[in-house]
Amino acid sequence: MINESRRGFMGKAFGAVAAVGAVASLVAMKKSWDPLPSVMAAGFTTVDLSKFTGNKLEIVKWQGKPIFILKMAADMPAVEKRSVKVGDHYYSVMIGLCTHLGCIPAYRDTTHDFKCACHGGEFSAAGVHKFGPPPRPLDIPPFTIKDGNTIVLGEAGAEYKALIASLSTDINIA
Amino acid sequence: MAEFEKANSIGEWFDQRLNVKAFTKVMMTEYWIPKEINFLWAMGALLVMLFKLLIITGIFLLMYYKPDVNMAFDSVNYTIMQEVGYGWLFRNIHGVGASVVFLIIYIHMFTAIYYGSYKKGREMIWLSGMLLFVLFSAEGFSGYMLPWGQMSYWAAYVITEIFGGIPFIGGDLVIWIRGNFYVADATLTRFFMLHVLLIPVVLIGAIAFHFYTLRFPHVNNEEGEFFDYKKESEKYLAGDKANSKVIAFWPDFLSKDFMVIAIFMVFFFYLVFYNNGFAMDPVNFDKADGMKTPAHIYPEWYFLWSYEVLRGFFFEIGGVSGKDLGLMAFGFAQGIFLVLPWLDRSPMVKPANQRPVFKYWFWLLMADLFVLTIFGKLPPTGINAYVGFFASTTFLGLFISLPFLTTIESKIVGGK
Repeated sequence: MINESRRGFMGKAFGAVAAVGAVASLVAMKKSWDPLPSVMAAGFTTVDLSKFTGNKLEIVKWQGKPIFILKMAADMPAVEKRSVKVGDHYYSVMIGLCTHLGCIPAYRDTTHDFKCACHGGEFSAAGVHKFGPPPRPLDIPPFTIKDGNTIVLGEAGAEYKALIASLSTDINIA
Repeated sequence: MAEFEKANSIGEWFDQRLNVKAFTKVMMTEYWIPKEINFLWAMGALLVMLFKLLIITGIFLLMYYKPDVNMAFDSVNYTIMQEVGYGWLFRNIHGVGASVVFLIIYIHMFTAIYYGSYKKGREMIWLSGMLLFVLFSAEGFSGYMLPWGQMSYWAAYVITEIFGGIPFIGGDLVIWIRGNFYVADATLTRFFMLHVLLIPVVLIGAIAFHFYTLRFPHVNNEEGEFFDYKKESEKYLAGDKANSKVIAFWPDFLSKDFMVIAIFMVFFFYLVFYNNGFAMDPVNFDKADGMKTPAHIYPEWYFLWSYEVLRGFFFEIGGVSGKDLGLMAFGFAQGIFLVLPWLDRSPMVKPANQRPVFKYWFWLLMADLFVLTIFGKLPPTGINAYVGFFASTTFLGLFISLPFLTTIESKIVGGK
């Protein structure tokens, strides 16, 4: 009997040590795969809109993502809850990744829409999905407008907050 | 300590210490394989051969490959392909071998389905085989990322993005897997580790386990016949080889395998030298560019069928978005083969063509996988999208209906 209880104690002691070690190891392993602090540090991208021309898509890079900035030409109407007014013109500002599986849609300036080559999704000039598998419009990155004609990506300004506040809950914001 | 006598020969010296003679008997000369088999039973040995080729060529590639987003592309396409002596040969064998290994895996797998080799005691063989398929898929995917070409990058992007479809944690999970908001250096280095270390180690263990699962249920035969292995092996050992239903793993069975391997290797090296384009996508000879999606993204041929199931659902049904339906169908397609032994409710173990209902199911599945593979490579526009949709729903329907069809078959054949 004495031997049995000794062995039982050794088993429990080892189990306790192993359990603590296993949990600690898993935490450390999980953390080692987390994005590094340098990656997590928010990046800001400043874009001068003064040289943009209507119906010509400009792509800038923000946090490794392509950001679509499309200046609306005279024959392209502003879309409520999507278009951003900077200075005297309306712009589409959105993350250029298809909301289906993250490919970069191409802009077709003749038809004023975006076509994703991967799975055939289509978006309007304002980024609203109109055909294919994409489940929601193109996401809008946080931005703020400065000095009349400059936009800073990565900082949530008043215009951005107003824009997302007006959106229905089923539309995700990056 | 056990007592040892002085050995009279080198063989005896090893036998005293490692019991070599008994071990050889158990593993080789008295490991029994049925006699009623054909060349399709050589696919296992062929896969071992290909796996060895992949490991050896991989070791040579590893000496010059640089897992860094700025150096990876040139280390493969310049250093290995042009500077290293026969580097191009090692890369071609590795690339073609990775593609052909899936061809043989599929033949191996559909041979098992055709002959009913997954039921009545053989479930563990099937499960461990499907585990190997998953591991080989992960190995193929992680390896495809390493040359850091456009297809490498965008395949990595799209596949990691799939995890974003998991409810609640999806978005964070994708960033965690990538180690960044997009596919970046951290992604490349961790998938490099998986490709050259963790997955191969697990693969070797899983292969050993797969062999072990065969040990007790034994290998199936062409007629699905059950017999007493002990009785048949006794006949063989008594010298009545002609009337015994079994042969020895070595030298009988493996010598036949080596013949098949020899023929296959001629074909394989023909591909390596003269026809390697199918494993060397031209798009992947453009360096990865996260700001430019290639006009048309498609996976390697062996993933096309499941890729087509993923994108087959492109419109909303009953309030569920096409994207979610595609992801659900994709998840279904990945997991459903695993439970095949329990979906097949018919007790019949016979070649598919001798089974009254299963034969239609089997050939319909083959045809559907063929259509999915063809259309998985075509752009998903117009009529192609609808063909993809119908082929995908057929795939789901086939597996959902299998328990019912095989229950009917069970009644037709009287539960035998």
